[in-house]
Amino acid sequence: MKSIIERISRGKLWDFHGGIHPPEQKSLTANKPIKPLSLPKQLIIPLQQHIGREGELIVSVGDHVLKGQPLTLSTNPMVVPIHAPTSGTISAVKQAVIAHPSGLKQLCVFLDVDGEDTWRPRTVCPDLDTLTPQEIIKKIADAGIAGMGGAGFPTHIKANSKPDINFLIINGIECEPYITSDDLIMMEQSDAIVDGIKILDKLLNPAFILIAIEDNKPKALKVLEKATSDIEKIMVCNVPTKYPAGGEKQLIQVLTGKEVASGGLPIDLGIVMQNVATCFAINEAVRHDIPLIKRVVTITGQALDKPQNVWALLGTPINFLLEQCGAHNTIHDKRPVIMGGPMMGFTVPSDLVPIVKTSNCILVPSKEEMPSAYEQQSNEVECIRCGKCADVCPSQLLPQELQWSAKAKDYPQLEKLNLNDCIDCGACAYVCPSEIPLVHYYRIAKAEIRQQQQLDLKADKAKIRFEARKFRLEKEKLARQEKQKKAAAARKAAMEKPSAEATGAKSAVAAALARVKAKKAAKNNAQNQTATENTTAPGHDVSNEKSQVAAAIARAKAKKQQKLDSTQSKVTSMASTEDKANCAQTTENIASSSMNDKKLKLAEAIAKAKAKKQAHSAHETITNNTVKTANESDLAAASHQPHQEELSNDTKKQRIAAAVAKAKAKQQIKQQTTEPATVNNTNDLTEKQADNKSARIAEAIAKAKAKKKEKKSQLTDNK
Amino acid sequence: MAFWIASSPHNHNQAKTPSLMRLVIYATLPGILAQWLFFGWGNVIHIAIALITAIVCEFIVLSLRKKPIIHELFDGSGLLTAVLLGICLPALAPWWISVIGTIFAIVIAKQLYGGLGYNPFNPAMVGYVVLLVSFPLEMTLWQPPLSLLSVDLTFSNTLTTILTGFTVEGYSVEQIRHTIDGVTMATPLDTLKTNIGMGFTANESLNNPVFGENFALGWEWVNAGFLLGGIFLMVKKAITWHAPLSFIGSLFVCSLIGFSVSPDSNASTMFHWFSGATMLGAFFILTDPVSGATSNKGRIVVGIIAGLLVYLIRTLGGYPDGVAFAVLLCNMATPLIDQYTRPRTYGHIKGDNDAR
Repeated sequence: MKSIIERISRGKLWDFHGGIHPPEQKSLTANKPIKPLSLPKQLIIPLQQHIGREGELIVSVGDHVLKGQPLTLSTNPMVVPIHAPTSGTISAVKQAVIAHPSGLKQLCVFLDVDGEDTWRPRTVCPDLDTLTPQEIIKKIADAGIAGMGGAGFPTHIKANSKPDINFLIINGIECEPYITSDDLIMMEQSDAIVDGIKILDKLLNPAFILIAIEDNKPKALKVLEKATSDIEKIMVCNVPTKYPAGGEKQLIQVLTGKEVASGGLPIDLGIVMQNVATCFAINEAVRHDIPLIKRVVTITGQALDKPQNVWALLGTPINFLLEQCGAHNTIHDKRPVIMGGPMMGFTVPSDLVPIVKTSNCILVPSKEEMPSAYEQQSNEVECIRCGKCADVCPSQLLPQELQWSAKAKDYPQLEKLNLNDCIDCGACAYVCPSEIPLVHYYRIAKAEIRQQQQLDLKADKAKIRFEARKFRLEKEKLARQEKQKKAAAARKAAMEKPSAEATGAKSAVAAALARVKAKKAAKNNAQNQTATENTTAPGHDVSNEKSQVAAAIARAKAKKQQKLDSTQSKVTSMASTEDKANCAQTTENIASSSMNDKKLKLAEAIAKAKAKKQAHSAHETITNNTVKTANESDLAAASHQPHQEELSNDTKKQRIAAAVAKAKAKQQIKQQTTEPATVNNTNDLTEKQADNKSARIAEAIAKAKAKKKEKKSQLTDNK
Repeated sequence: MAFWIASSPHNHNQAKTPSLMRLVIYATLPGILAQWLFFGWGNVIHIAIALITAIVCEFIVLSLRKKPIIHELFDGSGLLTAVLLGICLPALAPWWISVIGTIFAIVIAKQLYGGLGYNPFNPAMVGYVVLLVSFPLEMTLWQPPLSLLSVDLTFSNTLTTILTGFTVEGYSVEQIRHTIDGVTMATPLDTLKTNIGMGFTANESLNNPVFGENFALGWEWVNAGFLLGGIFLMVKKAITWHAPLSFIGSLFVCSLIGFSVSPDSNASTMFHWFSGATMLGAFFILTDPVSGATSNKGRIVVGIIAGLLVYLIRTLGGYPDGVAFAVLLCNMATPLIDQYTRPRTYGHIKGDNDAR
């Protein structure tokens, strides 16, 4: 660092590669003082005038605002607020064409100037020492200062850098032809600029401060040397005129011989660079509480009568400025009006484009001085590989190879050729003998690469999302399959292992099926009592049909008997007993013949159906008879279900016995119902007991079981 | 009010390809003047034939390719090719030599490759080499300087010789090429090569009248003329110094080494500089931007290789002069040289992110 300072103090500087010497044309405006302008009628103030995001609008249409009053609020470090450049009424907030190469529209505040120019209350701060660095930075941020050299980077971020700053470079190069706004502000406001530099010094505390001025501005150089002669650490550097010496990277190379690494920032080298006009604005903001509301703009070009520098309020439409500089009758359609210099400026689409914080020049060239700006179509011819572009490129790129790759849309190759290190200076296109608009091609390629990168990013995210979803679905599917497999295995195991609960579960299903069937059958009976033969349960095997037929016969017989009972009660008691015995026999036969579970179930179902039917018929008669018998018959009807459950648990014999018992129980019910008035129930029972001992025992068991099961079933019902 | 929209930069230095080409054509004039002074009208006539052929060929090809004819016909590149080819040809070669050479140069070497900017080889040199390989006899019809001729070569004599092979008086080309002593004469380079091949020393060869008082009678002035034109181009910044200076420097070093090692079988450095097509090659052929290297480093490499090749062909090769071959060989190597002479981009460390 010492050697750098020694070298600079000896007046020796480094050089950067390439560069050009376009006609400077600075004499058009350099000798005229900065002219203060009258107030325009309306100001168009874009919400965003810097690199970053636009602030939050805090005024609305119809509001009267005072000069210096903030219009937007900073909610983020990358947001700098905008202020009312003069007092007036906000007439609209709408989209308007702004200073942008593509003629983009952006939200702008339209301020109808009242002509009073009334300030908001201000607090002037004459003594810097009373302020802490944080307070100063807050003042800079609140004043809405963004780099005024062209890029418009928020100044408070640059002024709030990390410690160990080697060099603070004040950029007064102004290498673009025609522009003299920095030159004039240095000549006229050198003290204010030095005060601004002192504020930055306080904030950054750099080892050295270098003020770089191109040697085509000898007056400014002299004035600043004089103004800083008493400050040891400030050095004014006389930089040889060469475009683009004012580029940040190029100026660092010229002054220090160092290169900012590709993709890096000057701060990596311990260097901070600020524009001279920014220094002036910092001083205004910190000491005088004047936010950034005006700037020096060079209005130049040979198409104007009175080219000069003016103090323009931000938001002033350029037609007002051009009128002030004698462009009344020289402005025609299809003439280039360039905002910025001839090398990097952009043509504005309309004369209502407002001045913003970064606008340093409005250039209206005549056809004679800048014929290429008037060429309506490109005169581009084939590249002859002369290599002049590579000779002048300050980034030492190979513009002709970039151009081929850009035309071929070979983006990987463009990245390999370091297209991103192109600073858009336009030196290559300036010298190209084939008049290839090289920078134009690079801009398109850069935009497309950026777009592609964004699309890639989006696609990557979508891919991640998609794959995550796929993975999740796959996982769920596997989990389901696993579950199904387990369930299947469990079922299989249950089927193979004749455990009590497994068969219970199985038989429960069967029982349910049987119940459904029985219910259907009962319904059929109720609907169609005479044609019971026709009722068939759907989808049953032969044995089922057979048993159904048998059951139907039994039912028919029972009905017949019922009829007989009603007329000849005494005789039919025996007949019915016989009948029931027959019926029980048929079920017994079926039960014995059906060895497997299925058949058993069927038999059971049949039995159940019969029981139901009998219960049904019994019930019909009971309604005409005593309550006691009705109760008993209810009991018997309820007992059929417990029987089924028992069946599944018991062995075959037991089941058969149960069936027999059931049949008998039914028979008994029948007896009870058929002879309610004459015969005593218990007497009849004792008679039967005498007749058949075993049947009696079975009956007793069945009864007991039936009672137990009834209780159980009631419990489950309650549940 | 809407304004005219354009992309930056809005200014241009107004140096365009046609004016560059014109400048190069003007720069050949001193050399052509010297040729005319020492060798008569021959080359001027050939240049005229080549120019007419070039315009006709370009017109036909451009209309076939549906290109903007006026725009490209007068961009000067085709005319420059014709002028350079005309300069190179033996003055007394028949007319169809320059016609065939130009057709090949313009139609095949330039337009079929895509026109200006796309030709990998220098068209004039391609045309010349095609002639040299295809018509060796006609391409050795070098004419001795006028001062050594027994026949008075006026414009009409030269014209009829080129068109018919005989002067107005009826002398054949062979007769013209005989000196007063009756010896057939060739170029100094050819003579030297033949003599050394016959066992003479270089010094003994220099007694031949074709060498004149200095290095090569007539040729030295032609070369000086092209050197002058080259300096003019460098001053005008139409060409950079890199390729020409490295070429003649390389030729100088090679011939110096050869001369120091074996003075008897090698000509002096200045003889190499001021004979044959050395200066024309250095300032007008090697500096062709289209087929040359694009970076200055690459141009230096090309110049060095070309100088070495010219020396090797002149001393060891089968042809007396080697500029055309050397240039074509360098054209072939150019893409490779470009690949390995890429500059380091600002902010990059040498070798990182190399586009290889």
